[in-house]
Amino acid sequence: MSKILKINGLEKTYSSGNKQLTVLQNITFNVEKGQTFSIVGPSGSGKTTLLGLCAGLDQPNRGTVELCGKDLSELDEDQRAQLRNENVGFIFQNFQLLPTLTALENVSVPLELQGSSTATQTSMTLLEKVGLKDRVHHYPSQLSGGEQQRVALARAFANAPSILFADEPTGNLDEETGEKVIQLLLDLNKETGTTLVIITHDLELANRTQQILRLKGGEILTNQPTAVL
Amino acid sequence: MVWRDAKASRTRLLLFMASIILGIAAVVSIQLFSSNLKDNIYRQSKSLMGADYIIDTRNSPTERAQAIIDSLVPDAMEVNFMSMIAFPKNGGTKLVRVRGMEGDFPFYGSIDTQPISAASNYQDLGGALVDATLLLQFDVKPGDSIKVGEVTLPISGSLKAIPGSTAISTSVAPPIIIPYRFIDDTQLLQFGSRKEYQYFFKAPEISDFNLFEEQIGPKLDAEGSDLDTHSATSQRLGRRYENVGKFLNLAAFIALLLGCIGIASSVHIYIKEKLNAIAILKCMGASRLQSFLIFLIQIAGIGMVGGFIGSLIGIGVQELFPYFLKDFLPFDVEISISVQPIIIGVLLGLCMSVLFALLPLLRTWYVSPLDVLRIDEQGSKAPQNIRLLVFGCIVIFLYAFSFWLLSDAIYALGFVIATLITFTVLGGVALLSIRTIRRFFPKQWGFTARQSLLNLFRPNNQTVVLVVAIGLGTFLISTLYFTKDILLSKTDVGQMDESANIIILDVQREQRDAVVQSISAEGMPILDNIPLVTMRMHSIKGRMVNELRKDTTHQVRGWILNHEFRTTYRDSLIASEEMAEGEWTPTLEPGEPIVISISDNLANDAKVGVGDPIVFNVQGMLIETTVGSIRQVDWARVQLNFSVVFPKGVLEDAPQFNVLSTSAPDEQSSAKLQRDLVAEFPNVSIIDLRQVITLIEDILDKVSWIINFMAFFSIFTGIIVLIGSVLTSKYQRIKESVLLRTLGAKNTHIRQITAFEYLFLGLLGSLVGILLALVSSLFLALFVFNEPFYPSMIPFLVFLPGITLLVLVIGLSNIRSVLKSSPLEVLRREG
Repeated sequence: MSKILKINGLEKTYSSGNKQLTVLQNITFNVEKGQTFSIVGPSGSGKTTLLGLCAGLDQPNRGTVELCGKDLSELDEDQRAQLRNENVGFIFQNFQLLPTLTALENVSVPLELQGSSTATQTSMTLLEKVGLKDRVHHYPSQLSGGEQQRVALARAFANAPSILFADEPTGNLDEETGEKVIQLLLDLNKETGTTLVIITHDLELANRTQQILRLKGGEILTNQPTAVL
Repeated sequence: MVWRDAKASRTRLLLFMASIILGIAAVVSIQLFSSNLKDNIYRQSKSLMGADYIIDTRNSPTERAQAIIDSLVPDAMEVNFMSMIAFPKNGGTKLVRVRGMEGDFPFYGSIDTQPISAASNYQDLGGALVDATLLLQFDVKPGDSIKVGEVTLPISGSLKAIPGSTAISTSVAPPIIIPYRFIDDTQLLQFGSRKEYQYFFKAPEISDFNLFEEQIGPKLDAEGSDLDTHSATSQRLGRRYENVGKFLNLAAFIALLLGCIGIASSVHIYIKEKLNAIAILKCMGASRLQSFLIFLIQIAGIGMVGGFIGSLIGIGVQELFPYFLKDFLPFDVEISISVQPIIIGVLLGLCMSVLFALLPLLRTWYVSPLDVLRIDEQGSKAPQNIRLLVFGCIVIFLYAFSFWLLSDAIYALGFVIATLITFTVLGGVALLSIRTIRRFFPKQWGFTARQSLLNLFRPNNQTVVLVVAIGLGTFLISTLYFTKDILLSKTDVGQMDESANIIILDVQREQRDAVVQSISAEGMPILDNIPLVTMRMHSIKGRMVNELRKDTTHQVRGWILNHEFRTTYRDSLIASEEMAEGEWTPTLEPGEPIVISISDNLANDAKVGVGDPIVFNVQGMLIETTVGSIRQVDWARVQLNFSVVFPKGVLEDAPQFNVLSTSAPDEQSSAKLQRDLVAEFPNVSIIDLRQVITLIEDILDKVSWIINFMAFFSIFTGIIVLIGSVLTSKYQRIKESVLLRTLGAKNTHIRQITAFEYLFLGLLGSLVGILLALVSSLFLALFVFNEPFYPSMIPFLVFLPGITLLVLVIGLSNIRSVLKSSPLEVLRREG
């Protein structure tokens, strides 16, 4: 299997006044193409920071990130944006939908940015898949949390990404809705072969992925296949 | 808590303050200048006039008037009239006002001359004081000579200023002062010459000039003379400049209003964002009053500090006004600073900011602690009747403030209604445009264009406020330009080939043919050759004029009874006339009853209509006439108009003089003609309309500057509101932009979305402003100036792209920080 994400010697520090706060250090791991991968750890362990660095949303102080065969440090902001648009999907804990756009328009955004002429049609199909056929013209404020997350899910798959990053995808949902969303996420992963990187507190969810990376205090505690665990 | 919360939001609060600072600065600067102007007029009233009182009369005073004047013992006198002069040094000629002066005028203030000694010794030396600009124009210096009629005098000094004259009033006919004893020798005062006698009095012993005016005024009035006291002059001047001040005050008030609307809109969004925090405070036990006061004190503090800073800026700005208005004012304005405008500024800042912030502030009162769990948009709104009450307070305050500025209840009401209408129209058009776009949303457009249009309806959008702010500023500037064009088109005779641009006055009957010949010899056409016969009214509708003067109940306007009418005779109407009533009589045969045509304003003032008899006194001979027709006359046209016109066949043998007009193709030929005519016929006066038009343009330019200045305040406030609104929605924009970037949008996409949005806002605002200005100028043209309206293209070609570009630049400059934000940082914060 080829590697879609290669992280090598990653370090991230933040300055707070005169103090330097190291959030991540000496992080090295790989994610295989088509794999389901989870990152777990207590609050403040650096999970979200790691996800941001993996997806090129932020820059590390040291180390390299190679995503889809490209070293992110060699790309400028626009090139990274293009890489994300073509290869990456996102799901956030708080959904992060654009409040001024309807569900359909939100899902269409990645495709529209690619200049796709079938954006609306593709988005409709995806919304149908996540069970929101009747809610396509609703604004985020008119949708429940579960519905909003399903729109986010449809948007994440809209550009047929090679890799999908999900940051606590069920964090804001009740158990039942959360389960539905996860099932949908895993189904879509199977169907499209998209690599899945999930950040979660939920060990049960983590156990449903193929590989688990444990973080603590900004360092890797373990990185093992679920079967071994 | 007030301070802690304000510290956290200081950038935004500073922007609220900027809106109020500009408005207050405008109001305070104008207020201070107006009050300084009034003080100066009062203080300088004697030196403005140069005497305690003046008696003036057209032509020589009557015997009885002369007796009154003699009994009062004048300390100085002058006769003044328009005439051509020549400079022998270079042959230059010019129409001037010759003032033949006797005595030691002025008694207060001084004649400002170069050399200074010339003002006191020109009488003894027998020299002339010549307008300084005129000397510069013709490259003549003190020591050279000037030819006034048949007299050539040495120039004693250049005349810079004399009490009672302004630069504007002396520009058409610059003044020349010569000793009175030379007037007869000039031989310029001939039959038909228009002249004015002025008698100057120094009477420090008179304490009550109003009483003096009541006693002497009517007696002199009856003899066709006028009494003018220094206190009356200062009152008149005061009134004149007060009107200018009122206009500027209102313009400043509009700028302030605009700032207040900016505040209301920003506070609305500011409070909306704070609702959750307020709900938390209430959960922890804060009372309604406490949470309300936290924000009320913040806004009141901003208003007061803004008012204070605005007042200080206003004090600085008012120093500029005398510099730009100096040509309009017959005196120097000394700027003094009083505390009153500063107090007004602070109070105004406080009242306006609190009043306009009250509606959004009320939400803090009504927000429920339950909102911690879930924000209910409708739940925190104040009840309808409370909101109406606040709105009522705002309108009452606006009315009270306008009334304070205008001192007239009806005008104040008119201003408030006009302001409400203007704002409603601008806001309405903005809303309508947004709804239209929403209704016919261009779904086929590209992603960035669609996204930018969507931003116009985004939650917390300030589209309407921005369109109103941009629109109002553009409206003011564009109206100025359109109106200026209307005014200039009325004087635009110099550019038309067939129009007269030289008018030759006071041509005696025996000179007429020779003058015509001289003009023709230069190859120029005679466009008009109009005979003028002077006469006074002897009786109106059977009642003697003398009898009417004594009757206090008559309704005939006073000027009619003393006026020397310059009439003409012809057989057709001219371009500036239209028949309003009756029938035009072109000619009469000897013996037929004489029917005349009078102008509509004369008919109104003399209370006569078609069929009424009027008897005229023509040089001692009485002529009985009947009003045959009434003409509507456009007096604003640059051509010779008459209030009384006789048919041909009546006045041909009466004593008369002529007015001729011609058209000179260029300045050189115009100057040559003037030189030749003055050399041959020293008594004729020549008006070069080209110079008059240049002068009018000059005056309009100065007036435009002041209006532009006020419009600038409005535009600038608009820009502050714009920056404020961009900053207010900055965090929302950051989040959206970051999301778009996370999803793969490039910086170009974000820039394009912002650019389209502001391009649209700028275009809509300035276009609506220009269109409103177009409509208001059309009304002005039709109903005030009675002129056809040909709008200037400048607002469309310059203002529209200029203002749009400005809005675009501000929008894009604010998005820079958005583009620099790290996506992860924002997502974490939002998360």
